[in-house]
Amino acid sequence: MKPALPLRAASPRHITGLLVVAFLAAASLVGPAFTPDPTEILDPRHGALLPPGTTATYLRTTSGVVVAVSHVVRRGDVVTALRGGTEVSFPAHEVAALERRLHLLGTDALGRDVLSRLLHGGRVSLAVGASALALALCIGVAAGMAAGWRGGLVDALLMRLVDGLLAIPMIFLLLLLAVVFRPSLGTLVLVLAFSAWMGVARLVRAQVLSLKEREFVLAARAMGAGSLRIALTHLLPNTATPLAQDAALRLGDLILVEASLSFLGLGVPPPYPSWGSMVAEGQEVLLTAWWLTVVPGAAVAATVIGAALVADGLSEVARGSHR
Amino acid sequence: MLRWLLRRAAAGVVLVWLVATATFFLVAATPGNITQHIESQRLTPEARARWRRDFGLDQPLPLRYARWLAAVGRGDLGHSWLHHRRVAVILGETLPRTLILASLGLALEILGGIAVALVQIRRPHGVLDRLLSTTTLTAYALPTFWIGLLLVYVFAYRLPLFPPSHMLSPAGEMASGWPRMLDLAHHLVLPAVTIGLTGMGAVARYLRGSLLDERLEHYVLAARARGCSAARAMWVHALPNALLPLVTLVGLSLPFLVSGSLVIEVVFAWPGMGRAMYEAALARDVPLLMGGTLVATIAVVVGNFVADILYTVIDPRIRR
Repeated sequence: MKPALPLRAASPRHITGLLVVAFLAAASLVGPAFTPDPTEILDPRHGALLPPGTTATYLRTTSGVVVAVSHVVRRGDVVTALRGGTEVSFPAHEVAALERRLHLLGTDALGRDVLSRLLHGGRVSLAVGASALALALCIGVAAGMAAGWRGGLVDALLMRLVDGLLAIPMIFLLLLLAVVFRPSLGTLVLVLAFSAWMGVARLVRAQVLSLKEREFVLAARAMGAGSLRIALTHLLPNTATPLAQDAALRLGDLILVEASLSFLGLGVPPPYPSWGSMVAEGQEVLLTAWWLTVVPGAAVAATVIGAALVADGLSEVARGSHR
Repeated sequence: MLRWLLRRAAAGVVLVWLVATATFFLVAATPGNITQHIESQRLTPEARARWRRDFGLDQPLPLRYARWLAAVGRGDLGHSWLHHRRVAVILGETLPRTLILASLGLALEILGGIAVALVQIRRPHGVLDRLLSTTTLTAYALPTFWIGLLLVYVFAYRLPLFPPSHMLSPAGEMASGWPRMLDLAHHLVLPAVTIGLTGMGAVARYLRGSLLDERLEHYVLAARARGCSAARAMWVHALPNALLPLVTLVGLSLPFLVSGSLVIEVVFAWPGMGRAMYEAALARDVPLLMGGTLVATIAVVVGNFVADILYTVIDPRIRR
């Protein structure tokens, strides 16, 4: 029997969630190719904290100095312009370039383009979340399969380990790990995966426990299939739907935890932007430039909501296909 | 029943011991930290050797572990490198402040969640229900630190109704009795509401599903058949049963509460254990971090244990 087309069972809400996540992922993946360098500091004095939608003109001198200016006029050999209300002039031969840049989301306290940082930050946040999720799924599926299939002592030991790890307030362990290992993207992924595999293991174990009593497993066994073959070709595909639903929710959680850690300065190391660290930077200037705090936080929220809606949709699809 | 409780308690003790051991070896396996700390100080070779002796770095690992475990057993968690005070004293000072904030946040979370679910269940799948469903989903998805910052921006700066940070104002610090309590309550509002807002989404979603199921149970139908009003059937018959699993849910969510209040304490400069841990992490104060992890684990284990006992007390069906 062909599986029902998932989209038919999903409602507009769920499609919206899928589209939001897909859009954010695509924008973060492709966007940075079209936006300027997110670590480039143009003019920290007069190009900083520009509100969203500002078009700024930058004058670059031959010696590499960049200043934000307005009202640029060339009179003979002299270029005059307004810089923060005062008139400045440059010899024309020293002016290397005049650039006009649209800062769609404004600039941060150092004069860096926020849209560019948001897209790069999204790339980091989503990549860290997705890699941690992939790793957590691998560990969790392996542990859950082993516990459910083998049973007995293996099951008892693994499940006590899972119970124990779930009871630890992870953020304290994460803080300790962040201190013992210097924060880097790699350790961050490891640490996040370590804090997330237990739920996957529980879910897979429960699925395997019920699946292994079914006839098709007995049939496979009778035909001489080994444990690994049964696990990979018979059990795994049958846990796919609940696993996908769990994974979607977990991705949101991982992105939230990553954002919290980066907000605390213990996640993605600078100068790479991440959504969490952008909120932390924005916090410093909350009173003068609230959008620096609001925009990256809203991006996190949108991703997590999108992922939760996808999970919701998947569970409805699962219910529909069992009917 | 008693045997079951004893087994649970023993499992809790084993867990705490495992976490303690794990933190010890995690730090001991990377001795760079303590060594680095000693090397970074300007010390004479003799003083350096004495420090190494004081930290026990000249001893074999199993002996160090045994001594450390014995000390922890006596309640001696060592000295903080950052504050030059006993870790146990620092935690004893900061833990109650965290408990005040976290318990109020938890209370708001549960009461808010129950209220929202009860409104939703009045007309399931109606406009209000769907609107609130979207709201609770959003509340769950908002990063706690972010919602905290927005609340500060709106209710502390734009409309200066509440203090943006700290536990007491200087005046409150000097006062005692009621004025001090009032000042504390005033400072508690924003951080506690932040915890409540981000947590109530999960409670409401869970309770809504649970109430939807309970409504269809035979005992609710029987109550209606006996002439119970719909409201009474809901409040007196269905709600207590739907609330039961919530006890376990809250017990399971304790680690998240502890983690969440750490971030909140940082945002609101609340001088609790979470903030102390955060500062310890920034200053690479390993003894304080190890002690804090242990105490937080104990708190969660005890919380789970209490939730288990509560469950058996309020639900006679699972008494064995």
